[in-house]
Parts: sequence; structure tokens; C-alpha cells
Amino acid sequence: MPSSQPSSFVEIDNVDFSYGKRVVLEGISLNVPKGKVVAIMGGSGCGKTTLLRLIGGQLTPSKGMVRVDGQNIASLDRDGMYAMRRKMGMLFQFGALFTDMTVFDNIAFQLREHTTLPEDMIRDLVLMKLNAVGLRGTAKLFPAELSGGMARRVALARAVALDPMLIMYDEPFAGLDPISLSVVGQTIRKLNSALGATSIVVTHDIVESMQIVDYLYFVSEGRIVGHGTPDEIRHSEEPFVKQFVHAEFDGPVPFHYPAGDYAEQLGLAPVRPLPSSRSQP
Amino acid sequence: MITPIRNMGHRGIDALWRAGSVARFFMLILTNSGMSFRRFRLTIREIYFSGVMSLVIIMVSGLFIGMVLGLQGFETLQHYGAEETMGVLVALSLVRELGPVVTALLFASRAGSAITAEIGLMKATEQLKAMDMMAIDPIARVVAPRFWAGVLSMPLLAALFSATGIFGGFLVAILLVGIDAGVFWSNLHAAVDFRYDVLNGIVKSIVFGVAISIIATFEGFDADPTAEGVARATTRTVVTSALTVLLLDLILTGFMLRGD
Repeated sequence: MPSSQPSSFVEIDNVDFSYGKRVVLEGISLNVPKGKVVAIMGGSGCGKTTLLRLIGGQLTPSKGMVRVDGQNIASLDRDGMYAMRRKMGMLFQFGALFTDMTVFDNIAFQLREHTTLPEDMIRDLVLMKLNAVGLRGTAKLFPAELSGGMARRVALARAVALDPMLIMYDEPFAGLDPISLSVVGQTIRKLNSALGATSIVVTHDIVESMQIVDYLYFVSEGRIVGHGTPDEIRHSEEPFVKQFVHAEFDGPVPFHYPAGDYAEQLGLAPVRPLPSSRSQP
Repeated sequence: MITPIRNMGHRGIDALWRAGSVARFFMLILTNSGMSFRRFRLTIREIYFSGVMSLVIIMVSGLFIGMVLGLQGFETLQHYGAEETMGVLVALSLVRELGPVVTALLFASRAGSAITAEIGLMKATEQLKAMDMMAIDPIARVVAPRFWAGVLSMPLLAALFSATGIFGGFLVAILLVGIDAGVFWSNLHAAVDFRYDVLNGIVKSIVFGVAISIIATFEGFDADPTAEGVARATTRTVVTSALTVLLLDLILTGFMLRGD
């Protein structure tokens, strides 16, 4: 999937992005084909979430182009951007549910804001969305009354309230117990098929992702370091991908944060190197 | 030698930068206010939280301050045998100054801090970003209704503060001092001018309402998205609002004095 394809729903072409002087992304190119579930993987702070923000138009790349549904995101004005965002749904890392509204009102929010549907139809739609994530019974609860996994599923139902063409998930598996994790994973897959949508899952959960996605990209230090189908990734020899997939202790991502000489810091070694090279191992 | 000058320069530039941000934010609120009036129930909901929920503290404070004014006024006026003008003293102090100013200070502490904390927490928990991603402008949906609720509530609260204050003064005059009720009201009626006293008080309270509402919403919107950031922003709202209200009161009073 590396080269541009006509059926791509999201195309990222040679994108750079920096926060001030700190370079976050460098020369990133990737494609997300229509109807597929694609994972963007990498360690914490590698720029995955920034990539989602670029696709959603909340950030603008310093170089390169982000195209969604054939439109260059950076060239859209506010109305154009909002029209584009109506085609998108986004699941935030901690759900970002509106805490002053019930679960029902959270999901009805976009329907009430963006449509003129009568209230009884909104009610039916909300209950259908909630049923799809198995939480119809929580309609009257407030977000504070939900467990982490339930809140994530409600947020998922809210993200798809307007039947978006593109659904973006920011760390949907973070902090979930194994059962909730599997439920959320399967729901992501099912929703994508049921809505005929395209999904981008930003995550570092390799086990769950391998089961539900069609294609994976690996990001490290702001660059794409590997990509492929789950099968290709499993057998990849790329050092970073290998370390990540097999959760290896040390590798391209070192165990130690850069530091001075350990023995020297503990006062166990002479501060100056010995004059003769023969005396060194 | 250079460092203090450089620090002063930094602080000056920061303050100017912040003032510019506040001005831009104010313009954004004004240009995104359509929804607050088209869907007025959004603003009414905020009036309930900012205005109605502040009623108790405003009215109780007004009553006590009016009673204290009555007692202190009587203490001084009786030396000149003018205790019957106590109603005038209480009413003018409240309508011109204490009503708008004390209401503004209480409103900033009660409602302003709550607005900042609420918007700040919405920012910290990514609710504002989520709304923006849903193609709903948070300034139009969250900030503007709270701003207009503050602007509309302030003059009403100040009027209620003054009314309960005058009633407090009246209670002291009638029950403790023994002034005739008719004399109290007729003196008050004769001395308080609608144009110069009441209207100026209303103008002040509207100006204070605008100032507090901008400060409270801006601080919330600009807060660092952490617990500490929201706490700092809430404190800043109360402190900045209080200082701004007192400075504006000085300026407005200067403009409003008749000078005769």
C-alpha cells in the first residue's frame, strides 16, 4: 500500500511536522484504502496522535500534503473543514465524553446539532447505536457512572453517531482489561464493516491490532519504519518492527535512556581513561 | 544590570501578548454569538447556573451590607441630627457603588470561577477538542452562551443586591432606630435620581458583567490542560476580575460624576 492508490480514502504524502523546533514527524507517507482498518503503531510519544490530528485538520503540516476523500485538508477554509469533519468520527484516548450529559445525550449531541430530525427519530437512532456497542441499558447513566471500558464503548457509539466515512481511534485499547479490550477491538471491526467506513487505529497494542486490522504502519522517531499486512509484520526482519512485535527488551529502542558512564557515576572507575590502551579490555 | 531590564521587557511583552489574545478571543465570541440567541435556551441554561444559583449569596450579602450601612450611617448622621436621611445614604451608596461593585466581586468568585473551572476541565479532558472534531465550534456552543449569560445576569443581580440592601437599611431604620417608614421612603425617593444614580449603576454592572465574563471564559479556554493549570486559571479569574472591576469602577465613576 505504499504508493498512491485511486481507492485511497486518506493519503499522507511526504509530511513533516514540528512543534516549534521539535521535529515530530519527518517525511511521512502513507495511504489508507477505502473500507479498510489500518493501524498506525509505535511507542509512546512517537507522533501517532499528531498524525491523527493532521488528518482531522486540527494541525497543519509544515511540509507535504494530507488528503482526505480527495481533498487537501490544508486548503480547506473553516466551513470546508467542518463539512469534512462531518464525514469523520473520532474516538479520543480517554473517551472525552461530555460529563454534564447522560450517555443518551452524548450520543444524541451531534444528531441534534447537525440535523433537524424529530426527537423520536433521534431516540431510535441513539438506541440503535448504543445497542451496537451493547450498552443500550446505560442510556440514562452519566459518564462518571461508567467503567473505563464502558465509557470507551459509549465514546465509540458517539463517534459513529452520524455514520461517518472515516473513523479515527486514538489509543482505543489503552488501560482496558482483557475482556473490554477484546470487546472494543471486535466492535471496531464490526462497525467498520457495518457502516462501510474506513478506520484508522492509532495504538501500541500489537496483539489486539493484529487480530482486527488489515494493514499496519510502524512509526518510530517521526518516521515510518515498517509496514505490511499482519502476516507480513509477523515475519518482518525489520529491527524496530521485530522488537515491537516480539516485545524484545533491547533493540533499536534501547532500554537505557542516554546517560553518562555508569561506573564513573557510582565512583567505581577512574574518572580519566588509563594512559595505555593495552590495559583496556 | 541587563537581566532585570530584560525580565521587565519579557513581562511587558507577555502582558501585551495576553491582552491581544483576550481582544481576539472577545472578537471571536462576538462573531460566534449567533447560536446563543438563535437557540436562546442554551443561554438560559447558563443564566440558571451563573445567575440563579448566585441569587442566595447575592441577596444575603445585600441584606447584611444594607443593614450595616444603616447602622454605620445612623451612627454618623445622628451627630448632625440628620438620621432621617439614612435611607438616602443607604440607597445612594448601594445604587451608585456598592451594588454593582460588590455584586461583581461576588459574581466573579461564585460564577466566574465556576465558568473557568468548567471550561478548563472540558479542555483538560479533551471535550472541547472532541466538539471541534464533531464540526461544532466550542466558542459558539460552550463559550458564547456562558459569556452572554454573565452579561445578562450581572445587572439583574446588582439590582437585586441593591434592592435587598435598601430593604436591610429599611429594617434597621424602622426596627432599631425608629425612623418613620414614610419619611425613610420619601427622602429616598426625593434624593435618588433615575438617570444619574440608577442608570449609571446599571451601566456599571453591565460593564463589569462583560469584563468578568470575558476574563472567566478566556482563562478557562486558555488554561493549561492539567489539574494544576485549571486551579491556576481559576485563581487568576478571581484575582484579575476583582482588580479589573475596581479599576473600571474608578474610571467609570470619574466619567459619571456630574461635577455640580
